Amino acid sequence: MQDMLIILFSAILVNNFVLVKFLGICPFLGVSKKLDSAVGMSFAVIFVMVLATAVTYPIHMGLLVPLQIGYLQTIIFILVIAALVQLVEIALKKYVPALHQSLGVYLPLITTNCAVLGVTILNIDESYTYIQSLVNSFGAGVGFLLAMVLFSGIRQRIENNNFPAAFKGIPSVLIAASIVSLAFMGFSGVIDGLFGL
Amino acid sequence: MSYIIPVGIVTGIGLLAGAILTVADKFMGVKMDETAAKVLAALPGANCGACGFAGCQDYANTLAKDEEHVIKANLCTPGGDSVAMEVSSILGVEFEGASSQFAIMKCSGSQDRTNYAMDYKGHQTCKANKLFYRGRGACEMACLGFGDCVNVCEYGAIRIENGLAVINKNRCVGCGLCAKACPNALIEIVPEKTRVVVGCSSIDTGKDTRQICSIGCIACKLCEKTCKFDAIHVIDNHAVIDYTKCKNCTLCAKKCPTNVIHVFPKPVNAAKQKAKPVVAEPSQEEASVQ
Repeated sequence: MQDMLIILFSAILVNNFVLVKFLGICPFLGVSKKLDSAVGMSFAVIFVMVLATAVTYPIHMGLLVPLQIGYLQTIIFILVIAALVQLVEIALKKYVPALHQSLGVYLPLITTNCAVLGVTILNIDESYTYIQSLVNSFGAGVGFLLAMVLFSGIRQRIENNNFPAAFKGIPSVLIAASIVSLAFMGFSGVIDGLFGL
Repeated sequence: MSYIIPVGIVTGIGLLAGAILTVADKFMGVKMDETAAKVLAALPGANCGACGFAGCQDYANTLAKDEEHVIKANLCTPGGDSVAMEVSSILGVEFEGASSQFAIMKCSGSQDRTNYAMDYKGHQTCKANKLFYRGRGACEMACLGFGDCVNVCEYGAIRIENGLAVINKNRCVGCGLCAKACPNALIEIVPEKTRVVVGCSSIDTGKDTRQICSIGCIACKLCEKTCKFDAIHVIDNHAVIDYTKCKNCTLCAKKCPTNVIHVFPKPVNAAKQKAKPVVAEPSQEEASVQ
């Protein structure tokens, strides 16, 4: 149980996908302007990350490893994740229209998002078990949510400030992102302290 | 022949995914309403919200679902007559002519008529200035003159002249984006036939208004007494016209002691030239996510 919690918390705080591993920067900068769209996007990411891991892990272990074609990992994962997200979108539209209304716009955007692909590949690189992979993916998604929510607050402060012309728009946002990222580096020892390792 | 297995695997998974998606679409696919798709194609796609719905898609869906035709097909003001006609023909309803409307400015406080109460150096937008006490104008409701309305207008119909927003009626399509942007709610969307406009929204009493603005409404109620149609009333210390009752007789404008009721000249040519909307570029948000 404890190792699950360690994986979960280190995925959220220490190995935060956006702020520490620098994956998924495009939605991080693009959709963090408003809090509600940031939250909507993040929930879609959590959902897709867990689902993608649930599907790609067996494919890797059951198909690619026995046939010794591990080098096809990236292309097959992209293929599978893209098809999977499309399938989920069709199913959601049919059976849960309300959820499709709120997540629908973001689902196609994360079809081939690097954070989603990253988490599936990292799970295998870290040689996690199936359950550990799922926990790690969930943690990575929650970490994404945390980063998005924190940053959308900062974005709103940035919008109401008067910057020199050269820093207006994206430059000021990137500088703010780097400072938030530095702050997250401060979490690097927190897991050891938290679980008394 | 070692490459047969990898090629086969990738092809196989690709074909399998394609097959699953095709089957899923067949059994679970929700068909987009054909009428909605056609209406959406006919609409300009500016997503301005002038129709009162959340974008063109929402308006098209609502129209397609609305089988008794309660919702009018002519609500798209930026599209004008041509779009209304096309949408009406798709829905099979009678063409009623586009409900044309335009924006009016309910403040006349240019800099030669009223002064600023402060020398504001902060963030140069109306919204920010309004948050700072109650704006830089001597009059609380005066046009702040930073041009938030100019920035949102996609048709180039507004300009700031002498510290006051001026609307070019010929270019205005009545989408109402400026009305939403103005922190003092000075811009109102009115029907096409409107010719009489009260150029003041002051909430100060007549005496106070006189001291800070040479044209502001002093709430003397002369217009209210003059009007034969019960269309103009003094509300919150300024005259307000009820455009459902106004007959454009312009008597109130002639009586007004401060000349704050403005009259548009009679239209010479009914065929109004509509400016084309600036091609809607994908917003930064969408573009950077992909």
